[in-house]
Amino acid sequence: MNNDEIKAALTSKSRSAKLERRGKIISFLCIALIVIAVFAIFAFVAVRGIATFVGTKVTLWNFLSKTAWAPGTTDASGVPKLGALPMITGSFGVTLLSALLATPFAIGAAVYMTEISPKWGEKILQPVIDLLVGIPSVVYGFIGLSVVVPFIRNTFGGTGFGILAGTFVLFVMILPTVTSMTISALKAVPRRYREASLALGATRWQTIYKVVLRSATPGILTGIVFGMARAFGEALAVQMVIGNAALMPKNLISPASTLTSVLTSGIGNTVMGSLENNALWTLALLLLLMSLAFNLLVRWIGNKGAMK
Amino acid sequence: MAYSLDDRFIRELSADAELAISTDDLRVFYGDKEAVHGVSLPFERYKITSLIGPSGSGKSTFLRSLNRMNDTVAGSRVTGQINYRGLDLNSPDIDVYEMRRRIGMVFQRPNPFAKSIYDNITFAPRRFGEHDKQTLDELVETSLRGAALWDEVKDNLHKSAFALSGGQQQRLCIARAIAMQPDVLLMDEPASALDPISTAAVEETMLKLKEHYTIIIVTHNMQQAARISDYTAFFYSGQCLEFDETRRIFTRPKITATDDYVSGHFG
Repeated sequence: MNNDEIKAALTSKSRSAKLERRGKIISFLCIALIVIAVFAIFAFVAVRGIATFVGTKVTLWNFLSKTAWAPGTTDASGVPKLGALPMITGSFGVTLLSALLATPFAIGAAVYMTEISPKWGEKILQPVIDLLVGIPSVVYGFIGLSVVVPFIRNTFGGTGFGILAGTFVLFVMILPTVTSMTISALKAVPRRYREASLALGATRWQTIYKVVLRSATPGILTGIVFGMARAFGEALAVQMVIGNAALMPKNLISPASTLTSVLTSGIGNTVMGSLENNALWTLALLLLLMSLAFNLLVRWIGNKGAMK
Repeated sequence: MAYSLDDRFIRELSADAELAISTDDLRVFYGDKEAVHGVSLPFERYKITSLIGPSGSGKSTFLRSLNRMNDTVAGSRVTGQINYRGLDLNSPDIDVYEMRRRIGMVFQRPNPFAKSIYDNITFAPRRFGEHDKQTLDELVETSLRGAALWDEVKDNLHKSAFALSGGQQQRLCIARAIAMQPDVLLMDEPASALDPISTAAVEETMLKLKEHYTIIIVTHNMQQAARISDYTAFFYSGQCLEFDETRRIFTRPKITATDDYVSGHFG
């Protein structure tokens, strides 16, 4: 090769450089499509949701704090009855209660499967958990309807529908999520921490409690928040057992509703563009913002955990 | 190059030497595989004994069986005797948790907990029921002084242990181990993940610790073994081929394999 040939080869784009460029463009387009889709959904829901407050007498404060939900009707002063507090309460109620209930079980199961009997855990419990994740939510709802609701009715009285029934169903639904994320968090704790603790004379229980669980805390919290996000967004199963009354829940066994259950039962019965319809979009916007909040929370926990 | 495993020399300790711990025909199995083949070694009190040898020679495995850390490895089995104050530590009725506070361990990679310096050191004493703040404070200071770390961290005791450098973390792990005032300190290549300056600091620490503790150290660094240890045991293929005073091992080894190893013919 003389100098001219070398110069030509080095300054013109080779076949592989072109291929690489093409690959970059294709993968960028894929990402762009996803980003655009997310933004489009956000924009659409936001526009519809905000329309509730534009040119109407509904204010954001009223929407979040009033307890009467009767789209299409107005109160004495002519303000539409759009108080979403009962649904907000219902959503947060079932979410927090089910997370509270699921967390100890999830941690217990995860500790058993990773620290105490990994053999058993891997052979029997892991497939069971995978199976639980895969069961469609309608099945959970149906079991809730035919087992949990009558059980609550017979035990505590009332109709059996309500936040308690929703909590039980969601507990079973988010348990596998929280458990498997807790398992990954425990498995990610380096073996050398356990060795350090054992070599100092700590017992297995002390090692699990003081060292393994402590250093896995950010991961476990992430799992709990993921479970809560799932509980908050679950519609069908909750709708089947919660009673679907847009009333402020008086106790855990009075019929109630969640943002999702009102959305799924109402969205087919309203006319696109009407205030009733827009109000449902506002609920959807609220849901979206909450799932965003859950996501940010997960990231925040992750960052905090990483710094130690 | 294959060496005969029957060609061995184990020097007996002098009659007035006080034993801290010794092994008798110690064998370690992983499943069906025998990783350590019947090692019998004496360890003199308040001395440093180095275990050297090529990778896979069983020296770490041997060390880890002395405080029964191999119990935590699934499928492992240890036979033979570990003699300590008239007891056989390898017997099933020994309380391993009580035993490990007397036979401490420092690992190859610094492994402080994700806690403050203070909490790292008080971790074990608290587990054993010491909650008096003043006692714990004193313990933290003496342990950190013992590990030659006090002056560097005394103003930051409640900072995260992860904020320390690798060498400081390793000295913190040493401080954490001596907070239990063990009789014997096992060290598994404690300086192999450290830079030369940190290594020097850790070595200096060990020479100081020797006044109060018996130290058994696995090392890949032969200069280190020569610098700090009183006795050296050469491991090869799961067997201890030679045990002698360090200066003899490095100047006039009796076994060909030892000679070839310390003079750098293989490693």
